[in-house]
Amino acid sequence: MPSRTIGRNRGAILSQYYNRTLQLRMRRQSRPSLRDLPHSSRPSLRGYRVESDFSETDSRAESVRRQALVSNLQKLSVSDRVRMLRTMPLSMADKRQSSVSLVLPEDPLPSSGQIRVTSAQVLCHRRRPGSYCTACVLVTAHSLQLWQVALKRVGGRFGTGVLSYFLFLKTLLFFNLFLFLVTGLFLVLPQAVHPPPAVHPPPAVHPPPAVHPPQAVHAPQTPQLPQGPASFSGLELLTGGGYFSDSVMYYGYYSDTTLNRDCDNNGSLPSPGGWRGLDCARQGLSYSMPLAYFFTIGTAFFITCIILVFSMSRSFGQSFRVEQSTSLLAMKAFCSWDFKVVKTSSVALMSENIGTQLRELLADVTRNHANQTAGQRLWRLLVHGLAWTVCSGSTVACALAVHYLAQHMHAVRVLQARGEGGAGGVAADPLLSEARLLALPVGVSLINLLLPGLFNAAGWMEEYDSPSVRNSVAIARNLMLKVSLLSVLCFHWLGREATSGLQCWESFVGQELYRFLLMDFLFTLLDTLLGEFLWRLFSEKVLKKSRRPVFDIARNVLELIYGQTLAWLGVLFTPLLPGVQIIKLLLLFYIKMSSVMLNCQAPRKPYRASKMTTVFITLLCFPSFLGASVCVTYTMWSIAPSRACGPFRGLSTMMQAGRLWVEQLRDANPHLTWLATAHSYLVENPLFLFVAAGVFLIIIYFNSQVVGGQRKVIALLQEQIKNEGEDKKFLIRQLQNTHAKKRDAPARRSQQDSAC
Amino acid sequence: MGNKQTIFTDEQLDAYQDCTFFTRKEILRLHGRYHELAPHLVPMDYTKEPDCKLPLALIVAMPELNENPFRNRIVESFSEDGLGNQSFNDFVDMFSVLSEMAPRELKAIFAFKIYDFNVDNFLCKEDLEQTLNRLTKEELTEEEVQLVCEKAIEEADLDGDHKLSFADFENMITRAPDFLSTFHIRI
Repeated sequence: MPSRTIGRNRGAILSQYYNRTLQLRMRRQSRPSLRDLPHSSRPSLRGYRVESDFSETDSRAESVRRQALVSNLQKLSVSDRVRMLRTMPLSMADKRQSSVSLVLPEDPLPSSGQIRVTSAQVLCHRRRPGSYCTACVLVTAHSLQLWQVALKRVGGRFGTGVLSYFLFLKTLLFFNLFLFLVTGLFLVLPQAVHPPPAVHPPPAVHPPPAVHPPQAVHAPQTPQLPQGPASFSGLELLTGGGYFSDSVMYYGYYSDTTLNRDCDNNGSLPSPGGWRGLDCARQGLSYSMPLAYFFTIGTAFFITCIILVFSMSRSFGQSFRVEQSTSLLAMKAFCSWDFKVVKTSSVALMSENIGTQLRELLADVTRNHANQTAGQRLWRLLVHGLAWTVCSGSTVACALAVHYLAQHMHAVRVLQARGEGGAGGVAADPLLSEARLLALPVGVSLINLLLPGLFNAAGWMEEYDSPSVRNSVAIARNLMLKVSLLSVLCFHWLGREATSGLQCWESFVGQELYRFLLMDFLFTLLDTLLGEFLWRLFSEKVLKKSRRPVFDIARNVLELIYGQTLAWLGVLFTPLLPGVQIIKLLLLFYIKMSSVMLNCQAPRKPYRASKMTTVFITLLCFPSFLGASVCVTYTMWSIAPSRACGPFRGLSTMMQAGRLWVEQLRDANPHLTWLATAHSYLVENPLFLFVAAGVFLIIIYFNSQVVGGQRKVIALLQEQIKNEGEDKKFLIRQLQNTHAKKRDAPARRSQQDSAC
Repeated sequence: MGNKQTIFTDEQLDAYQDCTFFTRKEILRLHGRYHELAPHLVPMDYTKEPDCKLPLALIVAMPELNENPFRNRIVESFSEDGLGNQSFNDFVDMFSVLSEMAPRELKAIFAFKIYDFNVDNFLCKEDLEQTLNRLTKEELTEEEVQLVCEKAIEEADLDGDHKLSFADFENMITRAPDFLSTFHIRI
């Protein structure tokens, strides 16, 4: 029968692909809408040619078909042709026969040595270099052959689940690389080449707001400010202060002026107040630092947002299924064997796992779901309630603890500075005061380390319907903890520190974020050492069990997301923070890789890798990136930048930089008045944002309705298939009956004849 | 490019690039792997298209396939004669379909071929039994295997003939989000 020979017979495949290329040529730009397809599902009625059962011996007909296919392929565009060739299920020899007769145009091939184009092929035409889009280039860069061998080893031993953690790490590395390149090129490099004058004028002109009594020097980091950078002591690497505090690493170093070269009034001294130095700017190369800062950060975030949404939708598209799957056993039988695993012990483990899962599924499918008694249900509810109370209670307690600790540290710092200012002499031991700065990060990292263990313990006593529900609950609890900690910290930094009258609060916040990032890394190392290495030694030597610890994928991925959120929060205050994050991720990769290989065993529970990858990318986009960008936007929009340092000193908000620039343009060139008016109506007016949000919501609603409609159509089509199956059975039976009657009829006649 | 390689002509490499999901560098690497399976049989110079086929036993000894319970069926599905003797074209084809970039439909076609042990174009109960035994290394009892096979066919069979045709199989595969990531060998 026609549909049965698809994929089997060469002639049938050639015909099928001839039809497909024909359709592709006819309907190049548009996908056929559901309305256009006839309701019948029978191929002939749908307008597809019926692929009849060809015999192999009819070679002349086959060569005719091949010619037709080749002529169709030639008429397609290059990328379509390549894609068609690749997806044809013929053998290589056949394909090469078809392609040899094609005269491929002489396109200059981009050297594809290192870069391998993956699913970006579908979007970007490989032979047309001109049509590369930024997103495509980055998607391509993602599949650079970095760490190919190491990833293969991990996949071979542990399977797809653990491999997804390392692939996620690689993705984050590329995000940070992009950020680092952008900030490095546009911010760090110009500023490093044109260092600002070493001496900060004493803050006599702008006294700090009278929250604290006026002091001569208000510097919590370096004891005496006009001395220049302090000498390098090892503690700087941990605290980010000291030697680093007055370097290109932090916001405070950046000048608020236009960096000029070949300037009329004494080239080395940049003209004060970037807005007034226009005539100087016109004469040479000028680079307005405030504008550069504002626009670089804004564009970097915008592009990261686009890339994130793009990769999220791609991953979602691959793993989302419109309707619930009912064929669990069949799927388990055919799709569960991970072909990547090559190590003998892992293979044995995988077989065992699959056997267990099949048994469980069989038990699920065959048992009749006996309703639990009311008492049992109540007991389960109580246990759940208790576990959730414990978890949320501990989360709230830790958040409050962090809040009070931060408040306490702040008070201590203020006191110390006041003491310094009053005495005017030697402060308390500077190393101790630096070390005290580490108290908050250490506390938060400790909480992040210990509390998930508590959540795990709470989860053990609960009873869940399925392991995936258990997994989701664990992730939700972890996420709740991290979100609450980060929001308390953001409130503290942006609410308290920014308005505390500190001389350069942005640099301080930047240093805090650096410290947090570093402490997070150190504690992850500690966790790897204790949790995996020592535990393995302990269980082997002391408990004499051969069971090694299991690599907890979800927890490790959430740690990565937390680190990345810190990095995104800190880009505004510390342009070099992505660089630090890159180093951290590189080190983390090698450490985790060796730890996993030495200490861990493959997870026993089934791990839905593609679904979890989608979940993690979504988590990276929604709480993580969204939160960071909201904080950064809030900082830029409403918080007054410090008056004595940074590229925005003297402005009321950072956004004012953009506003002033537009006004300046308008003043300089009266033809651009429309730009200023457009700017004031579009960007300043909140109505525009509301309208944009409304449009977004309408699009989302529309798409969800489309999905609902498609679900209904799928259900209807499945009904139809079932009915046609019934029809077929009926007809076959009828056929058999008729044949039987025909056979019987002459037999009866011959019987009658013989009887007579 | 760097050193001029003499294993393939440029046209051959272009053709390979067009017909598979590999780049030139990867095809040359694959040739290296093919060569080291049988250095005395496989010529280094492929410009004249030598007719060299490696037997099944050599191919399944590769570390990527050695522990796979379906290794024999995989190699057989990608050979011209159906017995597992692979030329270099078949070898490249096999890893191309099993690579990351092959689309779902292509993988589904070959997965169907692999699981079809008696090569009758259907996944009948015997095929499923064989699949399960190899998957679980005979851990499940006979009765459990029978039950699983029956239930699986019941779930996936749409037209009611108690065996899975390619259409049934493909329909089931499209609902399995993990298929693309598990049906993948990294070479």
